[in-house]
Amino acid sequence: MSLAVEEREMAVVGSGPAGMCAALAAVRAGADVVVLDENERAGGQLTKQIHRFFGSRRHGAGKRGFEIAAELERECRGEGVELRLSSTVLGFFPGGELMVEGEDGVYVLRARAVVMATGASEKSLAFPGWTLPGVMGAGAAQTLVNLHGVLPGRRVLMVGTGNVGLIVSYQLLQAGAEVVGILDISDRVGGYEVHYRRVRREGVPFYLRHRVVEARGEEGVEEVLVEEVGRGRGRVLRADAICLAVGLSPLAELAAMRGCRMVYSRELGGFLPWHDGEMRTDRPGTYVAGDAAGVEEASVAMEEGRMAGISAVEDLGRMRGEEAERARSEVRRFLLELRGGPYGEGKLRAKECLYCA
Amino acid sequence: MAEGERVSGRVERHAVIESFSGGREVVIFVDGAPIAAREGEPVAAALYGAGIRVTRHASKSGEPRGPFCMIGRCTECCMTVDGARNVRACRALVKEGMRVETPGREG
Repeated sequence: MSLAVEEREMAVVGSGPAGMCAALAAVRAGADVVVLDENERAGGQLTKQIHRFFGSRRHGAGKRGFEIAAELERECRGEGVELRLSSTVLGFFPGGELMVEGEDGVYVLRARAVVMATGASEKSLAFPGWTLPGVMGAGAAQTLVNLHGVLPGRRVLMVGTGNVGLIVSYQLLQAGAEVVGILDISDRVGGYEVHYRRVRREGVPFYLRHRVVEARGEEGVEEVLVEEVGRGRGRVLRADAICLAVGLSPLAELAAMRGCRMVYSRELGGFLPWHDGEMRTDRPGTYVAGDAAGVEEASVAMEEGRMAGISAVEDLGRMRGEEAERARSEVRRFLLELRGGPYGEGKLRAKECLYCA
Repeated sequence: MAEGERVSGRVERHAVIESFSGGREVVIFVDGAPIAAREGEPVAAALYGAGIRVTRHASKSGEPRGPFCMIGRCTECCMTVDGARNVRACRALVKEGMRVETPGREG
């Protein structure tokens, strides 16, 4: 059986902030762009972010994540980007072809430039009872609550005090759940002060220097045994959900399948395709942007998307070298700014170390 | 858990979000029993909304498993949907009258 083959100038995998910004940069230079996404709606993880972003106006500061997603989607549609949703990319072959499963079956899409903007997946944490229903990623809980209006539990224990743990805890409270505690093995809170204060004000107890010893229950989580590290004194918390906010890893399987050189970076979340500062991988016509290129923040993903889009249209012959370089130097400036804080500093070092590797 | 106390459930009202993924209320069947669901929402969300956390039982140990990643990666929520096996309940969308079976329940 032979599959139908579609020829396009440029394809972007993933319609999150990185993917849509890559598509916009390219379509503005006259390229023909199709964006593929397995979800029914565009926006990636922005669609479930209901808190207001801070930072600069260029990155949607003061707006909520789902509003930024809707704006990018409107711009894409307005400028002629084809957003092809409910379309899962199953494969990315060494010859550069994408295999796509759409609503009407499987087909091959051949594009001269492909940007991988596939995002990240949540890391996990194993302890006795971690397979019980009710134990899930904090992002999974956020999806349930903010997109579908369903509570992951009535009494939730959050594991991890980074921004994801703090923000999702607050959003669970907003939706009417009780957060029985936020636990971290570290002796200090990892996320921003502003997010910390917000949950603290609601009276949520913090269990720092603590670990989960065991989750117990018959058909799902009913209680959790936690203990202070090194003290050995346990405490049982009544909870019906445990949310794990212990970091993210780049979703980079497509890059590996394409034959891109893969590198490991602890700072950037795990294995990712090697790329240069202009978001080119070591395979021709193959680019990467956003969390798939190393886990950072949505605003960084937007800038990396722009960078990848510019490099792609330059390589496609749609933009002259000097013009591309001018556009990239602007993006580079914003990236430096975004990675300026104490949180971004480690990311910046990891990226620079990658570029020259 | 105290007798009759329900874990999970629907968000009653929300200060920021105006609407959720599901449309009109429909009925689907889980292991033969009817539950209320919203058209177009993921089956896994409908189950949680009805207070059902178990999506399958592990084939060897028989231990209960439930939704874990909600993005179609972990396969912990694989169920039988309208006769098709190994369907990810977090990706399959609710249609009226859908029949969902929990794998391993009989064993």
